[in-house]
Amino acid sequence: MIDVAGLGRRYGDVVAVEGVSFQVATGELVALVGGSGSGKTTTLKMINRLVEPSAGRVTIDGQDTAAVEPHVLRRSIGYAFQGVGLFPHLTVAENVAVPLRLAGWARDRIDTRVEELLALLELDRALLARFPAELSGGQQQRVGVARALAASPRVILLDEPFGALDPLTRDRLQGAFDALRRRLGLTAVFVTHDVAEALVLADRIGVMRAGRLVQIGTPAEMARQPADEDIARLLDTPRRHARVVASRFESPS
Amino acid sequence: MSEALALLPEYLSAHVRLTLAALLAGVLLAVPVGVLVSRVRSLEGPVVGLAGVIQTIPALALLAVMVPLLSGLGLPGIGVLPAFLGLVLYSLLPILRNTVAGLRGIDPAVLEAAEGVGMTGRERLVQVELPLALPVVAAGVRTATVWTVGMATLSTPVGAPSLGNYVFAGLQTRNSASILTGCAAAAALALGLDFLVRQVATGLGERRRGRIAFGLVGLGLLAAWAWSVGGASGSASGAASGSASGSEARAIRIGGKTFTEQYVLAEILAGTVRSRTGRSATVLTGLGSTVAFDALARGEIDLYVDYTGTLWSTVMGRPAAAESRERVLEEVRAWLLSTHGIRVAAALGFENAYCFAVQRETAESLRLRSLDDLSRHAASLTLASDYEFLSRSEWRSVERAYGLAFREKRTMDPSGGSTLSTSWCSRTRSGRYRLTTPSSWPAPGSRARRPT
Repeated sequence: MIDVAGLGRRYGDVVAVEGVSFQVATGELVALVGGSGSGKTTTLKMINRLVEPSAGRVTIDGQDTAAVEPHVLRRSIGYAFQGVGLFPHLTVAENVAVPLRLAGWARDRIDTRVEELLALLELDRALLARFPAELSGGQQQRVGVARALAASPRVILLDEPFGALDPLTRDRLQGAFDALRRRLGLTAVFVTHDVAEALVLADRIGVMRAGRLVQIGTPAEMARQPADEDIARLLDTPRRHARVVASRFESPS
Repeated sequence: MSEALALLPEYLSAHVRLTLAALLAGVLLAVPVGVLVSRVRSLEGPVVGLAGVIQTIPALALLAVMVPLLSGLGLPGIGVLPAFLGLVLYSLLPILRNTVAGLRGIDPAVLEAAEGVGMTGRERLVQVELPLALPVVAAGVRTATVWTVGMATLSTPVGAPSLGNYVFAGLQTRNSASILTGCAAAAALALGLDFLVRQVATGLGERRRGRIAFGLVGLGLLAAWAWSVGGASGSASGAASGSASGSEARAIRIGGKTFTEQYVLAEILAGTVRSRTGRSATVLTGLGSTVAFDALARGEIDLYVDYTGTLWSTVMGRPAAAESRERVLEEVRAWLLSTHGIRVAAALGFENAYCFAVQRETAESLRLRSLDDLSRHAASLTLASDYEFLSRSEWRSVERAYGLAFREKRTMDPSGGSTLSTSWCSRTRSGRYRLTTPSSWPAPGSRARRPT
């Protein structure tokens, strides 16, 4: 379980995040949604201390993250983000193996695990020896997720992992990921600006605005009792889009 | 020509040893400093700036500066060490700048990923940053390679043998075959080394182990050859810097300056030592004027020919014009012994004064008979002089006394044919180029040339 309590981050006089508190139950996926600059990515990065909080604290399964060495903390948390961040000088196999090598796994165990992960993310074995630059965007994203899952973390952080993909690929990857994280029982925080994606994947959704967490709840709770007009409209957008699309399909030409 | 080629293995191997050693040291020094600078941003300005300033020092001056600097520190002031240090300093900038640029140019998303997967600072540096910066660093090493090969040719005047020996000796003895040999060999070496370093660089960039291995094996073979050839001559330089252990075995080291007469005198002395004493003698010519003196004073060479006038004005810093040759010689002899423990061995017995020389046609058409005549036409004439003369007190006094205001004054190697040049009256080449020295011209600040 992740417990985020009174988390805040200032850059000089600029407040990026302030007073953010929420819990993520074991096996639950919480999606943080909001516009750019709303503080959702900063909040995510404070969980694995890529950004050091200036206020508040994060505990994971009762362990205060501030008391753990940052690199040790990060090795226990999977992390995948948009832009992928694959190491361009390493092959696909080597990229996926990085967390395993850091954890000191033996070579043959690493090889087995890497093949297993590739199968899990439906990546062709032929890609193992390729470099990231030789892959399509969707393949890169999959490799990024495979790397995040490599060391079997209990907690995974994802920052728009399916951004910048064509809709079909995106849909397939979302489906694959959803099944996977339920099967593995991962505790996950997922950042996205796409409300539809959040509604599809998340158990609960947190809406952020100007550095604050405005509301958090299940899609049903939020649809029933939105904190304000904006949230009501925000959650309604996918439905409105769907209605418009449906009417286009149905209208006689 | 075949005589020149016979020296090639010695000069080329010395050049290769100097270049490779300096490059290796440059890489070992500049890469860590570059890493540090890329980490601590406030250091970048001062450190890269300093390397840049070193780079603006003319290569020859940088090497020359090493001589008194090292001597001051109690280290061998001439030979391979000053050349090596000068080259290392010179190679720093491109490697340093490229290391910083290579590290700075890495995609921030990749660096964040390295942190995100839980790498420590060191793991990130070794596993991610250095491999990604390597192609850029290697490009810097290539630049440094070409610069270092070129600059190593300038190490002759500080006493380190290199392909520059061909060039310096060739310039002084009007031997264009020698100059060309030096130039061609240096250019070929630069191309060859650049080729090998490029194999390593692109091999690293494209992760092609074969190319890396090819480049490294090539460099290794070159180094192995250079050090195996250097084994024989290296013992001579080893003896030069060491103390006189087993004096009967040690070669007598004879120095020489950078002009024709000195090349000849040094060889004559060496021949004499060999035939009269049976001991071996090594010759180290092409030394800068004061470099030769300092080398003798520090015991890095045993013997060379100097000129009482030069010692009087340049080393002792005395004002011009002592009343007689005998007096100057006695004072120089006493001063050398008391101040530096140097004994004046013998006077060679010829006087070698500076004089002005013009081509006969010029002298006849301008009716030049005296320095007074010359001063009337000075405004239309260009004076060529050796490297020293124009900064010596003799020149300043004759300039003042006769009001010699030349159109232009050039410091150059004056052994070619120019309209008017300072010359040495002992030179026999004057006849060949039909230079005249009207007998009524007094030699400015007459200098008795006497060997120490």
